[in-house]
Parts: sequence; structure tokens; C-alpha cells
Amino acid sequence: MNPVSDLSAAGFALFWGLTIFAAGIFLIRGYQLLKLLSLGRENKKPGNLIKQTFLAIGHMIIQECQFKNIRKKDRAGIGHLFMVWGFLLFVTYYFFFIVIASGFGISETMEHNAIYTIYCWVMDIAAPFVFIGAVWGIIRRYFFLPKRLEGQRTWEALLILITVLLHPITHVGKIATQIAAGSPPAGLGISTPPLSTALSNLYTNVGSVAGWHAFWFWSHWGFVLLVLAIIGYTRYLHVPAAIINDILRPQKKGELSLIDLKDRRTFGTARVDNFTQKQLLDTYACVVCGYCQDACPATNTGKPLNPRLIIRDVKANLMTNGPLIHHKKEPVIPLIGSGKEGSIGEDALWACTTCWACMEVCPVYIEHVPKIIDMRRHLVQMQSKFPEELLNFFENMEQRSNPWGIAPADRAKWATDITVKPFETGKTEYLFYVGCFGAFDARARQVTLAIARVLDAAGVSWGILGRDEKCCGDSLRRLGNEFVFDRMAQENIKLFRDKGITKIITECPHCFTTLKNDYAQYGAKLDVIHHTELFDRLIKEGKLKLKPTDLGTLVFHDSCYLGRHNGIYQPPRDVITAATGIAPIEMERNHKRGFCCGAGGGRMWLEEKTGKRINIERVEEALKQNPKTICVSCPYCMTMFEDGLKDKGADKQVRVLEVAEIVARALK
Amino acid sequence: MLVVACIKQVPDTTQVKIDPVTGTLIREGVPFIMNPFDTHALEESLRLKDKYGFRVAVISMGPPNTVVTLKKAIALGADEAVLLSDRVFGGADTLATSRVLAEAIRRLSQKEEVALVICGKQTIDGDTAQVGPGIATRLRYAQLTLVDQIQKVDVQAKRIIVRRKLEGRHEIVEAPLPALLTVLREINKPRYPTVPMRLMSETAEVMVWDNKVMHLDESSIGLKGSPTQVRRIFSPEKTKGEIVGDGVNKPEEAAHLLVARLVQKDIIQA
Ligand code: SF4
Ligand code: SF4
Repeated sequence: MNPVSDLSAAGFALFWGLTIFAAGIFLIRGYQLLKLLSLGRENKKPGNLIKQTFLAIGHMIIQECQFKNIRKKDRAGIGHLFMVWGFLLFVTYYFFFIVIASGFGISETMEHNAIYTIYCWVMDIAAPFVFIGAVWGIIRRYFFLPKRLEGQRTWEALLILITVLLHPITHVGKIATQIAAGSPPAGLGISTPPLSTALSNLYTNVGSVAGWHAFWFWSHWGFVLLVLAIIGYTRYLHVPAAIINDILRPQKKGELSLIDLKDRRTFGTARVDNFTQKQLLDTYACVVCGYCQDACPATNTGKPLNPRLIIRDVKANLMTNGPLIHHKKEPVIPLIGSGKEGSIGEDALWACTTCWACMEVCPVYIEHVPKIIDMRRHLVQMQSKFPEELLNFFENMEQRSNPWGIAPADRAKWATDITVKPFETGKTEYLFYVGCFGAFDARARQVTLAIARVLDAAGVSWGILGRDEKCCGDSLRRLGNEFVFDRMAQENIKLFRDKGITKIITECPHCFTTLKNDYAQYGAKLDVIHHTELFDRLIKEGKLKLKPTDLGTLVFHDSCYLGRHNGIYQPPRDVITAATGIAPIEMERNHKRGFCCGAGGGRMWLEEKTGKRINIERVEEALKQNPKTICVSCPYCMTMFEDGLKDKGADKQVRVLEVAEIVARALK
Repeated sequence: MLVVACIKQVPDTTQVKIDPVTGTLIREGVPFIMNPFDTHALEESLRLKDKYGFRVAVISMGPPNTVVTLKKAIALGADEAVLLSDRVFGGADTLATSRVLAEAIRRLSQKEEVALVICGKQTIDGDTAQVGPGIATRLRYAQLTLVDQIQKVDVQAKRIIVRRKLEGRHEIVEAPLPALLTVLREINKPRYPTVPMRLMSETAEVMVWDNKVMHLDESSIGLKGSPTQVRRIFSPEKTKGEIVGDGVNKPEEAAHLLVARLVQKDIIQA
């Protein structure tokens, strides 16, 4: 049975006319979108493309994007799994059994065989799943809307779900009428697929079966072509874009670009064509799932930042300004602007804590943070426009290499009462890079002393730089002051090189990331280890002997810069277990899902005037576990938790301890 | 018309220690900064530039490495920079310094009319607050010290209205141009240089005028022209205050005592 050849020449004309028309729309739109992308700056080289392609296809097939986001409270991802797996089978079917078989009038050859029957069986099983997936999606969106999808009951979303829903329906209609007419998969002496067979019983009137078949065939193909045509105009775009986005994923997640003093374009982004092509591709891939906004500490506490909207607004800006820029005209909507004056408000850019929660959950590998920082760079470096609290911070950093402007000579003051050796080239193994907090902040100094005690107890060879130590520049970089960061990084790297320093222990996860990952961009080969990781190793090697000391209920808070930025989740937990005898209690949001304390990304130095304070939100979450101790691994988190506990009036009942302090208490 | 900002490069005093033996400042390895008060003088000049279209010149007397600080001023937006540097200028007190700076301003005014000279209230290394008034006196400019707000500049009528901050009161003063202002830190919040401006300033030219250019009488400048000289610098001995109350065991009594003392010293009112 072939409704195309049944209409002879007219049928073929209609089939191919419609198909070519839809494919044409798809291709022309695709071309337009690529043109707009090409306005962006060249990218850094991606990784091995062949390997990445296999990986990306693998990711799609195993639906990594969904599996990582399915949880008790939000099971929408299951529907997506069904739709994607079904979709893959459908596309194969379309290609072989509609385009080739019907389109070229060779259905007889293509369908009169066992393979076709088997494939019909597969599709017969897949179709209900796709159907359920789509219905599930509709129910989710129109009856039990999760918070992340608020405001997303759009015509576009409905159109997509309905077109998905119509695929299995029309397909099964097509097969059922074939069976009713005795055509393959029937009549081959093999049992026919159950669902279609059952439905074929509806078509008892032999005379009208052919008509019904034509109806299902043409409506089916019509919907397929409709989808093809609207891919480039709707969120269906995420299908091709997400795959390409995965293939072109940067080799190092979230890496910020270096500044090139000869190239002004690297000073910051204020026009959409100053993003890289890959950054623009990100915006095509966004499927508006809202997972990022759901995870974002800023969005969650009523700040004017929503990572999903950053991506949406960059895309909208590209759509409006791109064609103008292409024709060498001035863009009409500024990329950055407060209120309605630009696409993205300055206050949104300053609200980001660079916690990477958005990047962790995004199913399509979008990198929000580098874009935010590129725009911050423009504000700081090209316009000197930033919250006024930052002026002192920047000056202090440049002048005295610490956030508070304390005299650098005081850097070793924490060690007044103990003997600490300076790092000696060739003799000392590890540099203990104390960092600004560890050196100057009264509370963090206690942690520094605890680390020193533990290192000595384990017999580690370590030394400090004392007054020669400089700030690593973490906050500067995240705040967009790349120029000053760049100078500080180069000075530090030179200092390390001159002193023959290759192995470094850090107290702070921010120093850790900066020395380890950011400095690596300058070719620095440093073996950097966070103290919790080192302690874990020393304990496991039997070099650090502890007498477990119970500290009561203890919850552990993941530092974003240790966890999401570097994938270190287990070592601090293992250390706590070794030091207290019991594993720490987890908060509701933990590990990859951990919720930021609010201090990263330079937020430590900015006032938090809008909405609920992030640290309060996190402290409340911790208090739900009724802990006696909240354990942290970062001086920023320490400050945020202690402040938060004070604000909640809980600082008498609950204390905050750093992992090192817990270990120091358990020293034998 | 020109606004001249006078700036000085000073050692970062938070990082300076005094050698207890010789009684001199240990300057080795101590970074130099623009005198903090002068950053406000420069900022105010730049704001006048933004508002009235003046050109801004910065001048500084000091050793050759002062170029660094002058370039920073250019990075912030100054249009030209002059460094007054010569061995014979060295060792100057406030009088001799003001003679050199006044002469430099006079020379600038020959090329372009000077509307205002703005200085910081004082430097953090000398703490005299005399150089600004000294310049005004030598140039016979109106002298407006302790300014915390410029209220109006009337370029046509050549008049300026400023607010001076005095102990316990403000004073609104009107004066003719050209005038010399010394400003307080409250007057403004300094700006931050953009990267393109920083890069531009690296190659910008700083004019250097020595005494061959300035032709000042050598007996009136430098050490020779300075009637005052510093004999010794030392840190005051730190003494512990007396303990007059017992806040741990008798907090109430101690609080009463504290209040009484504060009232006595006229810090709070009873
Ligand atoms: S990095 Fe964190 S704060 Fe910034 S947008 Fe992403 S989730 Fe929000
Ligand atoms: S950016 Fe990623 S996580 Fe956020 S809405 Fe888009 S696809 Fe979803």
C-alpha cells in the first residue's frame, strides 16, 4: 500500500513538493542561524572532534541530560527519555519506510520482508511510550507545573508537545490500516504487532480502509514535515544545537578566557558579536527547562539574576542585533543595560556567585558563568562601572595584594606564637599557601593554625612564603578585573618558579582553583592540593593517626569551588568520618546539588541588598538537620555560616568548624 | 582653560616602619602611592573636566620615579603631566616646595589660562597642609582650603562657590578665579582607570622640567631655600592606659564611670 503512488504523478509531486518545501524552510533557517553564529568571535580549539561526536551521541542515547536531573520531586525527565528514544526509532522509520519506500514508490520491495515486520513490532512498542511521554509532559506543564517551568505554559511549548503526541497516534493509525487491508506487516505469515493489530479491527469496512490509510499517511507525514519546518523557529532547535554544543564543549569546563592586551575584544563583552561562536551556540541549545534557575542561589533568593534569562536574553539580542551587525549597522539594543534599556541588567550580572550550579544541571552543557564574567569584564575594564564597594577592594588588591588593604608585612602574623619555617628551595616539599583569609582573618587564622598542627603531626615537609605571599587573585578574576588578575597571576607564577615551588597546599578552595586551574592557562605546572584532600591521603596512607572524637550531629557543607569546580566531594567527608567516627549528615541539597553559601564570585566583597540573604537560606537548610556542628572546608563558607547563624540567633547552639579543626581535635 | 591638580607620590605609610636606632623611615621595598588626599584633588579636577570641558594638568615635584604616579593620573583622565624633578629641588620644606610648584603653574598659565589649582588637604607623609596655601600665596590666587564640595563654577563671570568644612560648621564661600582649592577626602569618590586608558598611559609622555627649564634662584629652593628642617623622626612610645574600672566583675559601675569620663571630655552630652 502506498498512498503516494496511489495518486500516481500527482502523489509524487505532492509528497516531494511538501517534503522539499519543509526541508527548504529547515535549511534556510538553519543557514540564517549559522550566519548569525558566525558573527561571534572564533573559538578556542575544541577537543578531539571524533571522540567528542561519539561521546555526544552516546550522551543523547543514554539520555545523560535527563538522568542527571530526575529526582523524587521532579520526574519530568522520564517523559523526555521516552520521547527521545521513541524519536530515534521514528526517525529511522521515516527515512527508510516513508522517504525511501513511499517516496520512491518501492513500498512493495521495502515492506515485504521480515525486517519490516520486526521494525513494526519495535515501533508498536515504542509508540505508546512516546505517547505517554508527551501526555506526561502535557500533564506536568498544564496540571502540576513545577516551579522551574513557571511562566512556561506558552503556545510554543504546547505546539511542541502536541506535535510529539501526534507522531505515535498517526503512525499507529497508518500501520493499523495497513494490517486491516492485509498489507505488510500483515500477510507475511509472521504475527503482527499487537497494538496496531488491535486497532486494525476498527476498520471493518473493506471499502474505506484505503481511504483511512491515506488519511493517516498524509496527516502523519504532514506533522513530520511541520516539525521539520519549525525546528529552527522553536525549541525543537535544541535537538541539533544541543548535540553540536556537546561536541564543541570546551575541554575545560567553565574556563575563562585570558586577556590579550593587544586585542581590545578580550577586554570584555558589551556587544553580542563579541561572544565566541560557541557561546552563541549555547543560546540556541537552551531548551528553557529552567533547571538552572531552580538551582541558582541568586534566583532562589529573589535576586535580579536568572541564568535561564541570561541565555534567553543573549539569544534575543542576537536575533535583533545580529542582522544589523551583519549589514555593518549599529546594534539597536545594548547587550548590557539596566531596566529596559538593554537586554541584561547590570544588577543581574553582579548577583552571580559563580557557584556553577546552573552549569551542573544544564542538560545541554550551556556555560552561563563565562558569559556573565565576560560582561562583568566590560563593565569593570571598559567602563569602570561597578558597585562602589568594589573600588576599595580593587585598590587594595592592586596596592597591597589583599582585600582589606592590610600591610603585607602582617601576612605571617598568624604564626607569631608557633614556629613556622619559610619555604626553602630544594629542602621543603610543600608550600603551604595560606591565602588572604588564612593570613588575616581572625577566625580563619585558627584554621590556619589547625592545618599547621595537622601537617606537623603527619610529618609533612612544608613551609610558607610569609610576607612574600601575594593574593591569588580569585575574586578579581571572577569580578571581571582580568587586567589586574593577569598581572598578579604572572607575578605569582614567577615567584613560584624562582623559588622552585611545584607542590602547593592551599587552605582555601578559591586559592586552590585559581592556582590549579586558572594558573594552568599560563602554562604553570603546579601540583596543587587542598588540605582536605591531603589529609584524606595522609589518613589513608596511615601517616596521620587520629583518635575519633564524636562531635554530635555534624552536617557538611560543600564548597562550590571544591565540589562543582573540581569534583572533590568525598575526601572531606572521609576525613570527617575518620576524625569523628561517623559520616557527616547531608543537607537536602548536597554534593553536586550543594547550595552556595553566597560568597563566591567576588560576592564576598559586595553588599547583598536585594531579596533574602543566600547564607540565611543555606543556614536554615542546615538547621533542619538539628546539627551541633556545621562543617565547612572554605574560609568564605566559614564567614557566611557564622554570620548566618548569628542572624538566626543560633550561634550559641550550633558552631561552625573547618575540616582541619575537626582533624586537629582528633590528633592523638 | 586649565585645571591643575597638584599631586605627590608618597610611601604607602601603612607599610613604613621607623628604624628605632637611626630614627629614619625604612623606605626599602615600600611601595609608593599617590597621596590619598591628592587622589580626591585629581578626581575633582576630572569631574570639572567632564562638566565644564576644562583640560586637566597634573604636576608633581619629586624624584624621577614619580613618573609612575603621574602616569596613573593620565590613566585616570589627566590630559597632561609635568614632573618637576631636579637634585636642587631636593630636601625642600613646604615653603621651598610651594615656590617650585607655583613657578610651574605660572609657566603653564603662560600657555593656557589657569582657572583652578586643586591640591589635597595635606600629604600623609608630611602632614603639614601648608603647600597648597603656600602656592596660593605665591601666585596671589584666592585661597579656599578644606573644601568638601564645589557648588558652582561660573566660567563666564570667573567665579566659584565652594563649601568649606570647618569644625562644627560649614562655610559657603564665593571667590574669583583663578583660585586654589585644598580638598578633603569627603569631596568625592575617586574613579577607577579603564584598561584602554591604562594602556594608553603606559606610552603617554610625562614632561620633565628641571631647574634649567624653571630658572629658579637656587638659594630659594631645595634644602638651601628651606627655613625648616626635620631633625628626627621617631614613633611615640606606646604606653598602656590606666585601668580605672572593673568591667568584668562590676560592669554597671564601669559603664557609669565610662559615661562620666566621656561627658567630662565633652565627647557626649549628659
Ligand atoms: S553560577 Fe550560581 S549564582 Fe551564577 S547564575 Fe549560575 S547558579 Fe546562579
Ligand atoms: S540554560 Fe540549560 S538549564 Fe537553563 S533553561 Fe536553558 S537548557 Fe535549561
